[in-house]
Amino acid sequence: MSPMEFYLPIVWAVLIAAAVGLYVILDGFDLGIGILFPFTRKEEERDTMINTIAPFWDGNETWLILGGGGLWVAFPAAYSIIMPANYLPVIVMLLALIFRGVSFEFRGVAKPKHGAWDIAFTAGSTIAAFAQGVILGSLIQGITVVDNKFAGGAFDWLTPFSLMCGVGLVLGYALLGATWLIARTEGEIEARARGHARMLMLAVLVFVGVVSLWTPLGFERIQERWFSTPSIYFLWILPAVTLLVAFGAWRWLASGAVAKPFFATIALFLLCFIGLAISTFPYLVPPTLTIWDAAAVPDSQIFSLIGVLLMLPIILGYTVFVYWTFLRHGKVVVGSEGYH
Amino acid sequence: MELDAVMLARMQFAFTIAFHIIFPSFTIGLSAWIATLLVIWRRTGKDHYRDLAKFWTKIFAVSFGMGVVSGIVMSYEFGTNWSHFSLVVGNVVGPLIGYEVLTAFFLEATFLGILLFGWNRFPPGLHVLAACFVAVGTLFSAFWILSANSWMQYPTGHAIENGIAVPADWLAVVFSPTFPLRFFHMVFAAYITTAFVVIATGARYLLAGTHKAHAMTMLKMGLGLAVVLVPLQILVGDASGDDVLRYQPAKLAAIEAKWEAGTEGPVPLVLFAIPSDEEERNYFEISVPRLASIIVTKSWDGGFEGLKDFAVDDRPPVLLPFFAFRIMVGLGVIMLGLAFWGGISWGRGNLGKSRLYLRLASWSWPIGFLAVLSGWVVAEVGRQPWLATGILRTVDAASPISAAQVATTLVLFVIVYGIVFSAGLIYINRLINKGPGPATMEPPDGVPNRPLTGATGAEAETGTEATAGG
Repeated sequence: MSPMEFYLPIVWAVLIAAAVGLYVILDGFDLGIGILFPFTRKEEERDTMINTIAPFWDGNETWLILGGGGLWVAFPAAYSIIMPANYLPVIVMLLALIFRGVSFEFRGVAKPKHGAWDIAFTAGSTIAAFAQGVILGSLIQGITVVDNKFAGGAFDWLTPFSLMCGVGLVLGYALLGATWLIARTEGEIEARARGHARMLMLAVLVFVGVVSLWTPLGFERIQERWFSTPSIYFLWILPAVTLLVAFGAWRWLASGAVAKPFFATIALFLLCFIGLAISTFPYLVPPTLTIWDAAAVPDSQIFSLIGVLLMLPIILGYTVFVYWTFLRHGKVVVGSEGYH
Repeated sequence: MELDAVMLARMQFAFTIAFHIIFPSFTIGLSAWIATLLVIWRRTGKDHYRDLAKFWTKIFAVSFGMGVVSGIVMSYEFGTNWSHFSLVVGNVVGPLIGYEVLTAFFLEATFLGILLFGWNRFPPGLHVLAACFVAVGTLFSAFWILSANSWMQYPTGHAIENGIAVPADWLAVVFSPTFPLRFFHMVFAAYITTAFVVIATGARYLLAGTHKAHAMTMLKMGLGLAVVLVPLQILVGDASGDDVLRYQPAKLAAIEAKWEAGTEGPVPLVLFAIPSDEEERNYFEISVPRLASIIVTKSWDGGFEGLKDFAVDDRPPVLLPFFAFRIMVGLGVIMLGLAFWGGISWGRGNLGKSRLYLRLASWSWPIGFLAVLSGWVVAEVGRQPWLATGILRTVDAASPISAAQVATTLVLFVIVYGIVFSAGLIYINRLINKGPGPATMEPPDGVPNRPLTGATGAEAETGTEATAGG
């Protein structure tokens, strides 16, 4: 293996992980708004909740295309296995995202008869989050591969573990959404979000704990990774920091902090994400294909990498600019109108 | 025709892409139209153009949303339904799609927020710039997707290693020979499609006697574009036909329903026929002597290969490309007629006076979409049985999944798209019924803010900064 063939897949794995991480955080909070939608019945409060995310959701969702597209570009062999292996959850996620996505515009135009699109918005957001959790769970538990092709059944992804991951991600996104609302709204919505966030924080911690125990107990390769020497000497830091951040978030929720709970939740997500990466690296399709097995030829990886290196700073630049343009005007209050 | 997993996957892809392509065809043109209106508004200072831009932005928002969500489906379908395709040509086609995401999708999606919610809130210059970015983003998107598709139609710049296509010369991959003309053909099609929606909307208002000033502007700007672009499009389409003759002779034979082997001319133009793949002949053929020679080879007695020149396994099905091509050309002629008729009456100073013309024009909004769809049927069915010509056959490209799974999701797609599409159509129609005017001119657009008292109100109010922490 040439140095190029060794390092390029690592660079790409990091890039895709970054794209997926950004997706989970960015679309996570706006899917979370959809999940929290049914907990308020007041029309103007629902409008306000939607208004906090309406200018951003589309850009946020684009990271999902970069994550999926990046996987195809850099690791076609992995893409060609993971997608058919998760056929039903992926398609269900896409259909759910369709309902969620069109609801932003449709409910505005349909007013005052937009009840159906409120349901579509909530159901779409919740099902998409659940499906994403299931896909994550099915990746962690492993995929049946023969001759570099998916060789399992239609419901291999369906296990208690993957279902639990689905529920966990729904709760996680709801927590992101609730802390986003704390940062972006005031009055009743903020107060309610604060209450939701505390319950969700506890629930998420329980799920994080269960996954952290289940994965090493259930999967030998993960157990070896975490509990063998010398890795155990420094890997214990990760759960310790996670608990510390959770504790801080809990305090901030109680103290009336505005933006800190949101950023603490993001930190929690990142820590879990790093934990999962440690559990699975260097496998892209556990337990058979590593990032080197699945990599595209160096020519393709380099050609795409040039595009990423040129465009990613620009994309991040204007994304930050657009967020800043909207956020600097302060919180969204009830009664402010959309453009409909 | 057996309903196996491959056939079902093909039906699913055809269904989802036919649904999807409607929206880019509209939003490529619509974003350019909105950007143009906003630029004119900034130049002239006439609010008339701003109101129009605002009106069309709402329609744009509904269509763009549907385009985005149906487009994400496409990008994942490569993997879910065509995993062997993504493995075999992923090294070559994948990066082109990657560049589409990087240069186009983020640009469109991110600045869409400012375009939709930026009225009054932000400096007008920024808002106009956002509109331009969205319009340019849609063009970038068309560039890369047409590049990828053209490479699959006639691949160049690659090598085959262990049955997998790998890049050898990226410039040759991105700019494969059929790409330039196919790109312009698609972009012009999108602009023309939008032009006829705009013309039809203007005509509809004039017939109803509402929004007269706005309606005249729509009619004139739409016609201005159509008068130039429709003839140009016919020339580009004809030149594109030369590419097909050179690079995809089997597709040409199917389009012309020419069965006889050999390249001796002259070749008659089959105006109508029922081609039969099994019996390798046409039924009920009506043809004009020598016309195909003239149109295709630009000579009195030129010839081109017939379907029998190709092994049965290498021929596309004939019926669909044959009819879709004739429908596309027929719709093109109708558009040319409408554009010229409108252009001439405009020149005579009586545009909008003829109720017959207005009625016909008001019905013309679906023409562009139908032409685009039939054009894509010609392009995509005509290159069968190959997915990537000479590299991968469609039958070999599908995922190792059961027919039951594909059938289930196909049904789901039909149901979901049926609901979403009809609702979208109803809502766009509702927006058009409301029309531009006072209802759309109300100032408060501030999405994430206090009830606005106007543009300056937003600046003056100081909410709690989200980033201030607590």
